[in-house]
Amino acid sequence: MSELVLSSLRKTYGPTIAVDDVSLTVREGELVALLGPSGCGKTTTLRMIAGFIEPTAGRILIGGRDVTHLPPHRRDTGMVFQSYALFPHMTVAQNVAFGLEMRKVARAEASRRVADALALVRLGRLGDRYPRQLSGGQQQRVALARALVVNPGVFLLDEPLSNLDAKLRLEVRVEIRELQRRLGLTTVFVTHDQEEALTLADRLVVMANGVVQQVGTPEELYESPANLFVAGFIGRSNVLHGRVAEPGRFESLGGLVLAVPPRDCGAPGRAALALRPERLSLAPPGTAAEPGRNAVAGRVALVTYLGATSEYRVAVGRDEVLTATLPTPPASHPLRRLAAGDNVTVTWPAEAGRLLAPEGMGPDGATEEGG
Amino acid sequence: MRAVAAAVFLFMFLPVIFVAWISLFDQQIIAFPPDGYTLAWYANALRRQEFARGFATSFQVAAIATLIGVTLGAAAAYAIVRSRFVGREVLNTLLLGPLVVPGIVAGTALYVYYVALENALDLDIRATLPGLVLGHILLTIPWTVRLVSASLIGLDRAIEEAAANLGAAPLTVFRRITLPMMRPGLVAASLFSFIQSFENLELSLLLVGPGRITLPVAMLNYLEFRIDPTIAAVATIQIVIIGILMLISDRFVKLSRIV
Repeated sequence: MSELVLSSLRKTYGPTIAVDDVSLTVREGELVALLGPSGCGKTTTLRMIAGFIEPTAGRILIGGRDVTHLPPHRRDTGMVFQSYALFPHMTVAQNVAFGLEMRKVARAEASRRVADALALVRLGRLGDRYPRQLSGGQQQRVALARALVVNPGVFLLDEPLSNLDAKLRLEVRVEIRELQRRLGLTTVFVTHDQEEALTLADRLVVMANGVVQQVGTPEELYESPANLFVAGFIGRSNVLHGRVAEPGRFESLGGLVLAVPPRDCGAPGRAALALRPERLSLAPPGTAAEPGRNAVAGRVALVTYLGATSEYRVAVGRDEVLTATLPTPPASHPLRRLAAGDNVTVTWPAEAGRLLAPEGMGPDGATEEGG
Repeated sequence: MRAVAAAVFLFMFLPVIFVAWISLFDQQIIAFPPDGYTLAWYANALRRQEFARGFATSFQVAAIATLIGVTLGAAAAYAIVRSRFVGREVLNTLLLGPLVVPGIVAGTALYVYYVALENALDLDIRATLPGLVLGHILLTIPWTVRLVSASLIGLDRAIEEAAANLGAAPLTVFRRITLPMMRPGLVAASLFSFIQSFENLELSLLLVGPGRITLPVAMLNYLEFRIDPTIAAVATIQIVIIGILMLISDRFVKLSRIV
């Protein structure tokens, strides 16, 4: 396994920029997820690493070797495709043996390694079957074994779970993570599913419109999103537009005056305030703000019971809405009687808010008009 | 639905059944109901030299034309499906041309063309095996281009990418992955090409020569002089042989999945 380095990678199709200036280092044994909505450039980036797309500019290094202009078959990457792409005219064992055959591995050793690889993905007894005789999950595991048996320098996964049903997806997800850990595979994983990315990856690369929005651990992305796009794409966020009046004080367009963490205030000016729904609390109407907290009067617009949690949409200020997600309280708790139309106070610690530049992009990739 | 299907099948197979039935009639002039049944016409068909020779010629021409035509047609289909070049659509349409031009017109045109070529090059083309084969290659190409294109369009490119990813150079990918996956299309194309060539009458009429007479032309020649159930016997033998060929192909590839 080796380190993967992308430096200033760029791909344009005529005037369209598919991938713009992507730089990234994937350390040995690390699993990095490329995450973003469709058309964000994540698959193009993966296909450039595999060699199916020639970059317009930039370099790709695998284990220190510059592979930017090498054809796919000389790159030493192991790729798992969304459609599995098994060879339909070959048995499972022949599929898995194909890469070894190309590397001219001696027959005896090859059959031993094929058996090991199939055992690794728990398909030891299905070597003689043809792909069409297997279930989707089994086909996926054959594809994994086929890519892994050659000990590739970099392991690439292109939305490998999206063709599986929900239950199987969870199973295979855990399986991929275990294999990746056990074998210390340098892995790049493309997905549009943020939950998948959060649970699998050591680090995430959030992309939109061909541009990397933020790189970081799941925790970093969730706790400190770099912009509105990331705040909306990783988990959910309430967003209030407005301006920073002075360090530590934010005034929303709806007329709310709020305490915010002074550390991420730049100069006073337009800004957006992102608030995670689960950091908000509800208190009886008229509750005063404690020091270091905000308290905002509002009226419940909608209560949604979700089992373990409940979601409260509360209208605040002028035309602004905050969504609070709280653990569902016990049946006797007064919050359980809260219904649309009731007055409440929404409170949260000032440091739970995150100030971001207003001219970010909405989670659907559309540019918002800002504050 | 079943009734409609049954009616259609009956309509399609009735002539075949009648031909097979007539071939057994024990009388020279065909009349219903038959006086009795005999295998004499089969004996006559097998005895007559022109049918045996016609069969051999047709088989030879069809085999060679299929081999060459399918190779060329498959290469053309590959280029049309896989690469983007100027005139791609035009080429695609042109290659289907032989389907549109009536066989007798194409045969006449070829005849004139061969005469011109013979004059220019001072060598025999009419009434030779190569001349006949060249004409029949035209019959095989439209079928091949259509059938092989269809099998290529349905091929998931990711499968070829997976092979490249595992270390296969482009030629190896083609030989080990693409070609085997095109096999159903190639088998179907070969079968259809062979049958097209084997049973072709119109195109061959003007291109055959002494000692180079194909079976359909031999049958027509026979009919010019007499009408008796011999011709039905020959037709029945031909139908059985083609039926067997289709059954053999079906062992390799399910035809119903392609056409």
